[in-house]
Amino acid sequence: MEQAPPDPEKLLQPAPLEPLGGPGAVLVAAVGEEAEGTREDGSGVDTMTGNNFWLKKIEISVSEAEKRTGRNAVNMQETDTAYLCRDTGFSVSVEHADGQSVLTDSLWRRYSEFELLRNYLLVYYPHVVVPPLPEKRAEFVWHKLSADNMDPDFVERRRIGLENFLLRVASHPVLCRDKIFYLFLTQEGNWKETVNETGFQLKADSRLKALNATFRVKNPDKRFTELRHYSDELQSVISHLLRVRARVADRLYGVYKVHGNYGRVFSEWSAIEKEMGDGLQSAGHHMDVYASSIDDILEDEEHYADQLKEYLFYAEALRAVCRKHELMQYDLETAAQDLASKKQQCEELATGTVRTFSLKGMTTKLFGQETPEQREARIKVLEEQINEGEQQLKSKNLEGREFVKNAWADIERFKEQKNRDLKEALISYAVMQISMCKKGIQVWTNAKECFSKM
Amino acid sequence: MPHPLAGSSSEEAVGGDSTPSPDLLMARSFGDKDLILPNGGTPAGTSSPASSSSLLNRLQLDDDIDGETRDLFVTVDDPKKHVCTMETYITYRITTKSTRVEFDLPEYSVRRRYQDFDWLRSRLEESQPTHLIPPLPEKFVVKGVVDRFSEEFVETRRKALDKFLKRITDHPVLSFNEHFNVFLTAKDLNAYKKQGIALLARVGESVKHVTGGYKLRSRPLEFAAIGDYLDTFALKLGTIDRIAQRIIKEEIGAEYLVELREYGPVYSTWSALEGELAEPLEGVSACIGNCSTALEELTDDITEELLPVLREYILYSDSMKGVLKKRDQVQAEYEAKLEAVALRKEERPKVPADVEKCQDRMECFNADLKADMERWQSNKRHDFRQLLVGLADKNIQYYEKCLMAWESIIPLLQEKQEAK
Repeated sequence: MEQAPPDPEKLLQPAPLEPLGGPGAVLVAAVGEEAEGTREDGSGVDTMTGNNFWLKKIEISVSEAEKRTGRNAVNMQETDTAYLCRDTGFSVSVEHADGQSVLTDSLWRRYSEFELLRNYLLVYYPHVVVPPLPEKRAEFVWHKLSADNMDPDFVERRRIGLENFLLRVASHPVLCRDKIFYLFLTQEGNWKETVNETGFQLKADSRLKALNATFRVKNPDKRFTELRHYSDELQSVISHLLRVRARVADRLYGVYKVHGNYGRVFSEWSAIEKEMGDGLQSAGHHMDVYASSIDDILEDEEHYADQLKEYLFYAEALRAVCRKHELMQYDLETAAQDLASKKQQCEELATGTVRTFSLKGMTTKLFGQETPEQREARIKVLEEQINEGEQQLKSKNLEGREFVKNAWADIERFKEQKNRDLKEALISYAVMQISMCKKGIQVWTNAKECFSKM
Repeated sequence: MPHPLAGSSSEEAVGGDSTPSPDLLMARSFGDKDLILPNGGTPAGTSSPASSSSLLNRLQLDDDIDGETRDLFVTVDDPKKHVCTMETYITYRITTKSTRVEFDLPEYSVRRRYQDFDWLRSRLEESQPTHLIPPLPEKFVVKGVVDRFSEEFVETRRKALDKFLKRITDHPVLSFNEHFNVFLTAKDLNAYKKQGIALLARVGESVKHVTGGYKLRSRPLEFAAIGDYLDTFALKLGTIDRIAQRIIKEEIGAEYLVELREYGPVYSTWSALEGELAEPLEGVSACIGNCSTALEELTDDITEELLPVLREYILYSDSMKGVLKKRDQVQAEYEAKLEAVALRKEERPKVPADVEKCQDRMECFNADLKADMERWQSNKRHDFRQLLVGLADKNIQYYEKCLMAWESIIPLLQEKQEAK
């Protein structure tokens, strides 16, 4: 991994961070640009939060559970024994500048801890399109590729995915300043406890309950409705694309491998031919080369699939923001409704007219009129409640507006990121195809030369 | 007209007294028949015997075989469907151009159906038992129920029939065969065919006689080698044929195309959702579309070019094996006679004349077969070189088309990137 030379000018800047290096070259490049883009408004946000966790470099490397057992036995006891041998830990090492010195932290994180971090971020930053984690189990793979979670290729791809996740968080203008995130990267022990102390789980639970309840928002924001629609469509189109791509890869693999049979037959045939023998033999060799070239080609293509997968999961993150907006809107509408009904009650009491049939009206009729004192007291209570409600509504309105503003800013940021990333992914895909075509031309040209000498 | 070779080699070598060879039989009966030959007003050299001119012609042809100047050109084209009450069949137009004296007119045009080709081939096998007769395409397509009257099938067959006649035309001996001449020129081939039936029965007898169970002592090494070679050759070609079929049609190739045809449009669907990304996605979609078209062309080309040649050579090796067997019979006959003589008259060292003639016959057979094998080997080498170079070329072209398609969208993607 290449070590970026320390840049004193950048160190002095109050820029949020500058992640560099890492094996996922394309993604890192994208992250680099991201940081560039956020620097303009970075200083303002920076002073607001007051936290200056300045990450200079993030490196993640993966190793298997066996190696880990000796290092952190306490942690291992917590894990379910059935999963013990299948557990995979990730070593997260971070280089960050703390004032003048450059510190390097290296610690162990399990996949579940990444999940915890993300869940925390989801709850605390409802208006942010939180970067998704890579898949836990391999999906949308063409069948020749192992779907085993412990498959080295898969673990490596997941490692790249996790690193990408951290880089995405680190380059996010808001998320990068989070304390828990900072501790995730720098504090090995007690991190989980620290997260739990934030009480995010409680918040999440109540939110979750509300989310599960079927609520209907009266005045949905058109933009968010559209966005939600978009994320649904995006999810379905990308998953379709990934499925078909896996099938295409399967077939392509078959076509190449069957050409390998040509290689075998040509060399067998060459044994009985005099003049044609040499040509056939070497042409057979080229066919073998052709057949084996597909392995690398499809391995490369898997990275493209991973890039698409990230956006498949991003679609879910986008939808989460929409849901949170709906929830907020719902809260607002219920509060408004509540206030309205209270105002009505108050008016009824004051004027003595009952517009709607109510239990109260019935009791009044049955047990006679309340005393004026009682009525006064009740009106007073109601007025207080109305006041409170108005305050609440006001703050909810404010909160809502703030949310929409922030959420939309982040969505805009996300859209830009998405367009840039996917364009790059498409370019790299096209480049892959080009190199595949060139390989094909090369092999067949070599074979042609052999044939023409026959 | 007696076949020049039948006159010069078989007849003279074997003589007229002992077991009549099929060649001889043919030659004689043709002579009788010449008078009533309904050669449709164009009796092509019916009365000329094995003249010096035809021998000269043969020599010339031998000289020209690898040169540019050929004196006989045959093409098969213009297939036509005939619907009768009893049957439906296809006829093909056969156009012959020749400067040979055996042909009265410089150009002939006749229509023949598959049956007629089949007839020709049987006659050639009978009249030229020592030679390798090119194979005809199979009567029906081996695999699957294919519409015999489909354009594709008829075209494939037309090509195979054309090849068959060209192979005969190029052959220094076969091209002078009487039956071949009739086949190319006769207006009414059926009448001619009928005359041959009685003859056929007799030929069959003589062949049976020859076959009389004698076990061959040992095949000479070179023919044993040819036999082994043909076995392996046919086996390998069969494998190549299966591989090619898998790549092109069945299972893999076709399904790859199917998936590819689904894959491209998904990008289009996606592009409908996007603003800025719409154009790049649409570009990728179009690109995949181009690639699948190129793939389709590739498989079509391979189907048309590779498979028929493989078929022909697989059938060819069967023909060759048949000739080898006939050669073995001739050798067996000779050995049997030799043995019989040795038993009867051990004191007499002189070998009877008919045994000598038999030996001559065998040696002629060997010489013919060797010559045909050599000719076949050189044809095969040429054909496969052309075929495989063609295969490579088609693949290269396919990849070049795909390459162009992908390279063309790179600027589209990058331009947008920079404009942003």
